[in-house]
Amino acid sequence: MRTTLKAGLLALGLTALAAPVAGAASPSAAAPSASASASASASASGKGPKPALTNAGTSFLTAITLAPGQDADVPASTGDYLYWAFAASEGQTDTVQVNVDLAASADRHGPQTWTVELFDGLRRRQSCTAGQQNGTAEQSAGSVAMSCTLRQIRSWAEPWSGDPLPGTYYIRLSVNDASQQDLGLAAQVKVHIGAKGGADDAQPEGGELKAPLVPPVNPGSTTAPAAPAAPSASASAAPSAGASHAAAPVEPESHWYSDLFSGWNTRWWWTAAGGALAALAGVAGYTLTRHPRGRRPSGGPVPRQAQGPQSQPQHDQYRN
Amino acid sequence: MITTKRRRPARAAGLLGALAITAGALLSGLPAHADEPGAPAAPTEAPKVDLVLDVSGSMRATDIEGKSRISVAQQSLNDVIDALPAETDFGIRTLGATYPGNDKNEGCKDTKQLFPVGKTDKVEAKTAVATLRPTGWTPIGLALRGAAQDLGTGPTTRRIVLITDGEDSCAPPDPCDVARELAAQGIHLVVDTLGLAHDDKTRQQLLCIANATGGTFTDVRTQAQLTQKVKQLVGRAGDTHSVTPAKAAGTDKCETAPLLAPGVYSDREKFSEHRVYRVPVKPGQELRASVSVTPDRAVARDYGVLLQATDLHGQELVRGTDAGSGRTDVASTGVRWSAPDSDGASTSASASASGASGKSGASGASGASGASTVCLVVSNSFAGQAGVQADPGLPLELTVDVTAASPAPDGPAMGLGHGWILLLVLTLAGLLAGLVFGWLARWRIAVWQEN
Repeated sequence: MRTTLKAGLLALGLTALAAPVAGAASPSAAAPSASASASASASASGKGPKPALTNAGTSFLTAITLAPGQDADVPASTGDYLYWAFAASEGQTDTVQVNVDLAASADRHGPQTWTVELFDGLRRRQSCTAGQQNGTAEQSAGSVAMSCTLRQIRSWAEPWSGDPLPGTYYIRLSVNDASQQDLGLAAQVKVHIGAKGGADDAQPEGGELKAPLVPPVNPGSTTAPAAPAAPSASASAAPSAGASHAAAPVEPESHWYSDLFSGWNTRWWWTAAGGALAALAGVAGYTLTRHPRGRRPSGGPVPRQAQGPQSQPQHDQYRN
Repeated sequence: MITTKRRRPARAAGLLGALAITAGALLSGLPAHADEPGAPAAPTEAPKVDLVLDVSGSMRATDIEGKSRISVAQQSLNDVIDALPAETDFGIRTLGATYPGNDKNEGCKDTKQLFPVGKTDKVEAKTAVATLRPTGWTPIGLALRGAAQDLGTGPTTRRIVLITDGEDSCAPPDPCDVARELAAQGIHLVVDTLGLAHDDKTRQQLLCIANATGGTFTDVRTQAQLTQKVKQLVGRAGDTHSVTPAKAAGTDKCETAPLLAPGVYSDREKFSEHRVYRVPVKPGQELRASVSVTPDRAVARDYGVLLQATDLHGQELVRGTDAGSGRTDVASTGVRWSAPDSDGASTSASASASGASGKSGASGASGASGASTVCLVVSNSFAGQAGVQADPGLPLELTVDVTAASPAPDGPAMGLGHGWILLLVLTLAGLLAGLVFGWLARWRIAVWQEN
């Protein structure tokens, strides 16, 4: 009877011990799964990686959207301002890599400086934490490479701050400095966006941006200053109605229980593991006091009391 | 209030009842709330592209891969017409195609529509292109005006693709001024230029035309490059023609500023001018605004743009700013601002109403609908280079959005813990509890046995 109970407790203990291991593994597993989900959504519609885009926008408003995992390979002219947009979600750290194959060096007249800049959905300049934003190619160089790593996307930020938030991000590639004679020459531009990290890492924990920073792209409607009362109604109605938007991050699934618990995050593992460990430790502590094995001959209270003849069967039971 | 964060469900085996509940909910197939962002607005008209081809005498020159400029252009256009997307309205206009004489007055009127903008009969179009022979003068400015007329006006962006090999020999009108004039009309016209000759003057002029209208300039060196570029431009017209801002006219004072609903607006702003707009924001809503100012003419090296959100009395709420130097197409910045929730709004509204009795009309109007009105003040610190005209102002693009405000998160975990200390504390607590219970039990047995 007692042995089966012990086996059961042991089994529980083992599963409990396994829990923190799984918990510890989950953050590292989250990173590939985030990119996996991104590529999964890409492959779901297109079967495998999407073909590289061969076009680019020429302004924020006309920026061409790059799907997750999609590259761009665009013939361009030196001096063009090229815009792409991509969606970034919380906890992600995106890196934009740009490689430009320049025109034949015989046609060029001097060094060229290319610049890649990143802007958020509000067209606010975003800093690069790593990577070379500017690339200068000498006249003899055949290509120039640039990269920019954004800060990690936060889940929430004060309205007054410029922190990166989930939403649309714009890439602008431009020629910052070049000989006037070199403008218009052909160039081939390759853009790649890498993303790592997932929602589990997002700071601050529990923060949520109610609406991602995705700008509307539909033409607005103005009201004459004379009639101030009317537009407030249309203003609140318009964004939910027919407003069209730029690249937006994929909405996480929403369920009826979404508001009741904070979702599956590593805290669940820590807490559950803590509970299990506590239970295990409790059992261990209890067992310690009940089974002073090895120390029995030296004489704890139990052996001494067990000498009574009437308690002999019980004593045997303990000894097994 | 419960702030939650929706995260991907983990796949690991369930330890807790909550997981079982989750699984049950998933299995029972509760409909997920689909929150579709609005689909792009349906294009109201087809993308329109008008190709303006220079057929002036200089196109005879044979300097592109050993072929004449005109034959390269003709062969490229053949490929482009073959690959035309079905939905695109395409037309061709020529300049310098008919008048071979020396009279400048006559020669500089020489531009005509070769093929009207519309659904293209590819065979006819190719035949028409093939019959062109290099002939006359180069009235680029006039041709641009003609092309703008060919394209007509409408709610979507029109594109002119100008292929030429030489600077305008007919100014006035100066083609760059014409381009700027067309852009200022607000008819959403973009001119992309392709240069077949490589001299500085041509380049300068074509760059100026492209800059003034937000187009691109390409220096053509090979036939393949020309074909690829024109195809790309036609494709770009299809991708982006339906995205056009609405026109707005900002004023210099908040009281008279136009009220804006969420959307994209375009306006013009002169050097050092301030433009003011108003946006109503209800309590619990967040205002998002961004602005881009485009230097479409020669400006000084350093520049900046400032977007200020103020209340009706000029009190600053938030500002966005950006500055830079060097070559740029746009200077842009943005702001977010959350209206305080209902209680705060009513107190501040009453405070401001009592504070400024003279402006009770404006604040009363905003108070009636429960929305506070935010003024957006756009200013720029571009400076024109010497001799640059100030009128019309620089193109300005304003994006306004009003969304639900995001309150500060109130703690991460909803009672969940995290970290090794937690595990240690819980384990020690469990151990202690076990020991205490164990000793208690032993003590009880001892007592029972003694009795």
